[in-house]
Amino acid sequence: MEALIALIVGVLTACGVYLALRARTFPVVMGLTFLSYAVNVFLFAMSHLTIGQPPVITADAAGYADPLPQALVLTAIVISFGMTAFVIVLALKAYAELGNDHVDGKEETGVRRQASGHRGPL
Amino acid sequence: MNLLVIAPVLLPLLAGILLLLLPQSRLSLHRTLSVVAVAAQIGLTLALMATVSDGRILIYALGNWPAPFGIVLVADRLAAWMLVITALLALFALLYALRGDDRTGRYFHVLFQLQLLGLNGAFLTGDLFNLFVFFEILLLASYGLLLHGGGRRRTRAGLHFVVVNLAGSTLFLFAVGTLYGVLGTLNMADLAIKVAAAPPENVPLVRAAGLLLFGVFALKAALLPFYLWLPAAYAYTSASVAALFAIMTKVGAYSILRVYTLIFGPEAGPATNLIELWLLPLALATLMVGMIGAVASTHLRQQAAYLVVASVGSLLTAFGLNSSAGVAAGLYYLPHTTFAAAALFLLADLISRQRGVMSDRLDPGPDLPDSRLLGALFFITAIAVAGLPPLAGFLGKFLMLRAALDHALLPWVMGTVLIAALLGLIALARTGSLLFYRVNPEAETEAPWPTIWAETTPIIGLLLLLLGLTVGAGPVFDQSRMIADQVLQPQLYIQAVMNPGGTP
Repeated sequence: MEALIALIVGVLTACGVYLALRARTFPVVMGLTFLSYAVNVFLFAMSHLTIGQPPVITADAAGYADPLPQALVLTAIVISFGMTAFVIVLALKAYAELGNDHVDGKEETGVRRQASGHRGPL
Repeated sequence: MNLLVIAPVLLPLLAGILLLLLPQSRLSLHRTLSVVAVAAQIGLTLALMATVSDGRILIYALGNWPAPFGIVLVADRLAAWMLVITALLALFALLYALRGDDRTGRYFHVLFQLQLLGLNGAFLTGDLFNLFVFFEILLLASYGLLLHGGGRRRTRAGLHFVVVNLAGSTLFLFAVGTLYGVLGTLNMADLAIKVAAAPPENVPLVRAAGLLLFGVFALKAALLPFYLWLPAAYAYTSASVAALFAIMTKVGAYSILRVYTLIFGPEAGPATNLIELWLLPLALATLMVGMIGAVASTHLRQQAAYLVVASVGSLLTAFGLNSSAGVAAGLYYLPHTTFAAAALFLLADLISRQRGVMSDRLDPGPDLPDSRLLGALFFITAIAVAGLPPLAGFLGKFLMLRAALDHALLPWVMGTVLIAALLGLIALARTGSLLFYRVNPEAETEAPWPTIWAETTPIIGLLLLLLGLTVGAGPVFDQSRMIADQVLQPQLYIQAVMNPGGTP
């Protein structure tokens, strides 16, 4: 299970970094969302993965699961949710005001523009 | 339980909520409440500073959960010092905003108070995850303030600022998660104990997390590879917000000072002085790049923004000397450079409004209607920003260089600080002569904004604070030396948090 979780975090982070470095606001927002998913899974797993253990003190418990990462990850999820909502609205505002969805607010020119035109919206 | 510790967090929060409940049409009511709240905050933070000035470290355990199980707020001399600087800066930025910046959109005062909530919380908290939460609060409020009023360039700069800081928040969480996974705690005092006692197989992970945290704080402080978000963001936002943001980079500098003296400080065992190798060279490079940017700037507000980058560079140079004298010099220089940068942003706004269509572009422009008044203010502000005698900036730099005298990198520190000071002087002298002497009589002035004395009041107030720092240099420097002594003895902090009420 550790390998699977590690793989998920790694793949999500790699996708997030790649998308966040793209030149259009939509993939950038997607990339930031992936990054926040990756960090949420990471936080969730940070106090080692345990199965079937109680989080609160009981008389006959053999061991305990750490309840704190769940509280932390809840906070992180709420914050990243709010931030994502904000950045989406901001990206829409930038699109409306600047007339395009390039992160620098200006279209690429010349040959590169035509070349990028074939690759679709991303 | 000392309520004075949590009051600087509660006051802006309550003021912000109250402002949100008041109808938006009652602008004068909003203004009065906002100013009263900030004034009360100055009183509170001064009281807090007086309380902790005898070396006590006050603890407020939220929900009465003792550390390390609950979150604690910790007020020591350093935290109180930062709080006082923030409150004073906020008052003048707010007074300037009353002249019109708060009318360009809704909820300005709400966001302003929430920004102060985030700043005060970040200075007071004794818990690493709580520091993350307060960072997010201050960032979310700053996004709103940065974009306040709208406009194309502001939106574009805001988009970059938001995306960069979101990536930074993710890195912060990775670092915090790694530290918790390895050490099982997030309380800063407890972390200091656990890091010092970390078993050898965990040391690489702890060091990696520590350096990742340094990256995050460097991003907030606009240290060299991560400063690129700052110039556009500060240059295109409204003047009062840019003035308030002068403290934002200092939050990063404060976090570096706090975390790397307490958790990864001189007594951290395997992670001792973790960033010593990195901090000083990066700070010197930042100082240089900031000054080169200031020389190359084509707009006055862009120049002011690059001077903020340079000021972070010199501040962290002082902290990076890793000695009591260096930290003391940095803490003495910190309020000066913050107030001076804020004054420059406010002044740049007044000047650019008087220049009409020329705005703040650094080309020969029209003769300003109030060139004498503005010129005199610019002269004093430029002296302060460039760190020339007789103002406190010169004393700060002098103390910094004196603290560097027995440092191994002395030639580099001395050379960089002096050359950077020269570059700053050249940049500001060129700007001053362009704005006030090389007047182009044919330049069109379409109904320039009349300066009224009231608009220069916040600037004059800030300059008077600088004068106060100069005249009161003795007591203020004694204060910063005491702060430095306390900061560099992390066991005092650990003792106060982990064993409150115990014998010291």
